[in-house]
Amino acid sequence: MRVALFVTCVNDTLYPRTGRATVRLLERLGVRVDFPAAQSCCGQPQFNTGYRHETEPLVRRFDRAFAEYDYVVTPSGSCAAMVRDNYPRIGAKAAAEGRGPELAEAAARAVPKTYELTEFLVDVLGVTDVGAYFPYTVTYHPTCHGLRVLGLRDRPRRLLEHVKGLELRELPGAEECCGFGGTFAVKNAAVSAAMGADKARGIESTGAEAVCTVDNSCLMHIGGTLARRGAAVRPVHLAEILAATEEEPYA
Amino acid sequence: MSGTYLGMPAFPRAARDAVRDTTLRGNLRHATHTIRDKRARAVAELADWQELRAAGKAIKDRTLRHLDHYLVRLEEAVTAAGGTVHWAADAAEANAIVTYLVKATGESEVVKVKSMATQEIGLNEALEAEGIRAYETDLAELIVQLGEDRPSHILVPAIHRNRAEIRDIFDQEMGRWGRPAPEGLSDSPAELAEAARLHLREKFLRAKVGISGANFMVAETGTLVVVESEGNGRMCLTLPETLISVVGIEKVVPTWQDLEVFLQLLPRSSTAERMNPYTSTWTGTTDSDGPQNFHLVLLDNGRTDTLADEVGRQALRCIRCSACLNVCPVYERAGGHAYGSVYPGPIGAILSPQLRGTASEIDASLPYASSLCGACYEVCPVAIDIPEVLVHLRERVVQGGEVTRNGVKVTLRPAKGHAAERAAMRAARWALDHPGALRAGQRLASRTRRLHPKRLPGPGRAWTDTRTLPEVPEESFRDWWQRTRGGDR
Repeated sequence: MRVALFVTCVNDTLYPRTGRATVRLLERLGVRVDFPAAQSCCGQPQFNTGYRHETEPLVRRFDRAFAEYDYVVTPSGSCAAMVRDNYPRIGAKAAAEGRGPELAEAAARAVPKTYELTEFLVDVLGVTDVGAYFPYTVTYHPTCHGLRVLGLRDRPRRLLEHVKGLELRELPGAEECCGFGGTFAVKNAAVSAAMGADKARGIESTGAEAVCTVDNSCLMHIGGTLARRGAAVRPVHLAEILAATEEEPYA
Repeated sequence: MSGTYLGMPAFPRAARDAVRDTTLRGNLRHATHTIRDKRARAVAELADWQELRAAGKAIKDRTLRHLDHYLVRLEEAVTAAGGTVHWAADAAEANAIVTYLVKATGESEVVKVKSMATQEIGLNEALEAEGIRAYETDLAELIVQLGEDRPSHILVPAIHRNRAEIRDIFDQEMGRWGRPAPEGLSDSPAELAEAARLHLREKFLRAKVGISGANFMVAETGTLVVVESEGNGRMCLTLPETLISVVGIEKVVPTWQDLEVFLQLLPRSSTAERMNPYTSTWTGTTDSDGPQNFHLVLLDNGRTDTLADEVGRQALRCIRCSACLNVCPVYERAGGHAYGSVYPGPIGAILSPQLRGTASEIDASLPYASSLCGACYEVCPVAIDIPEVLVHLRERVVQGGEVTRNGVKVTLRPAKGHAAERAAMRAARWALDHPGALRAGQRLASRTRRLHPKRLPGPGRAWTDTRTLPEVPEESFRDWWQRTRGGDR
């Protein structure tokens, strides 16, 4: 089983801890994971803002970078959703515009092997107890793309429920968007901030010490909002919780 | 669409003002959460909801593919049943037809059944300009009309108003339009409803002309269908001598059997009812019963152009249930008025820029009035992939491309005001397609991390106004991997 990590541009640049945690977790579970350096970004910011043509080289790059692997695992729900939901669209539109089947073929190769981390753990490795230890109260925010596009359902929860020492707190209005939405946060700043404030209030109301998601981009917006409000809740990516053990605790 | 919306500011500006209005946000939050919870329960009762939803989608898609055929069939059936069919290419034509028909009766007052199509074309204003007064008889539409306000929701046009505000509107304005509100009117729902009932009853009994829309038109028999909760629609549809129905061409369904699907999908999605309280159907005219003159005005107003777009056309499946509005986190904060159209919320954000084009500031901003969270798609009873159409329309705004306007294919230029963004996206794509450059940028950002400002200038200011920026780490993942694993394997 040849497994590649697609770390994503946001994690690579701003949240390398998440990538390191993913590697540590997968290696602990006996998976030899590679990091092909030719990878970069899934193209989500460009595609979702209306620049479909700018995403095409990134689709080709994704296909090339991961060509020799059976599985591509990513600690990002929205980037996995970008590949699974939008790469076929990009391919179909290019073909419809008379530019041949090349992108559609790249998409067809990328889609079936791309897994969000919790899907890979539960569906491919068949584990829900990854031997993690995280002695804190945690609330979980299911990010929109993970929830609705990938249909992750209870996979992240099942993983969290098996973490030793962890107490899971219900988040009120959990399935409501946090208001990040990529460039939406800048283009519709007032609405985004209002949504973020409501999400932060919900998180604070749980009294949890940490809030976790499967997406650092949403967590950047949520964590930034919490910090500005002076809240003590710590934003943590799910991979970092799952990577922590009694021998090597979360730091 | 309605002239009252001309010159609306772009969505972000209108939404920013709405977000600051705490009464409005409170009213909206309470109302939308109540309806969305009830809807979820009503839908969960049906084990075959997803099959029904797929059936609704399939029927609408099939009908839209052969729309010309079903519309001709509908016209034949309506004509055979004693009605007259008029075709209106746009709002001006539809308004002119209706004005002519009302004038021909010699009347200067009409009663109206709540109708999105007549709102869309600004019929009330057009009639007013010709000396004809149109009375809205739906309770929420009445509140909007009396308050000289604009609707802010498809199903509950006065959703932005609370009981106290409605009491004040009735108290101050009813007298100017007819029977005044009773003395000492309180804000209890029962008293408010009774005041409206008394006010409206006079109008129903006096009116000689009724104007309606229709939720559905059945092609095989030429039957029009209105579903409603209050009974005012039935009054308007049966009491006047002349009935004029203005209906968008996409509302046709082939057969009664098809209608059955939508009569299940619509009430549960819109009002969370198992069955709507009043379903009125009418077919042409009947001797000595109901209106003796029936006119159907079939409205295009951008629909054929929308149909020409393979991705965007799914918006025409919409049955105006407003489930998407009630779950939309953006609608909940921004309110309906910010969308600058009678169609607010997620469906409005994809419908208005297609019906009206993307030339105006508000229309070009609507496809961005969403975080693409997908809640709208999840609840849509005819499975309109609203996020897909939003992104499709964003592409039209920033990159231009071929569209159909007035039946002719034209090439749109990219909208103004996106030049800097376009340059940034190109630069980002170049860097991302050259991992060496990406790595150099990451290293530069890491080396200068102590110098990064806490508050950003330009577009980034919107971020740092309410959010703390993440700190750039000392080492990117890429560099960590190379340092610890010795480069690529």
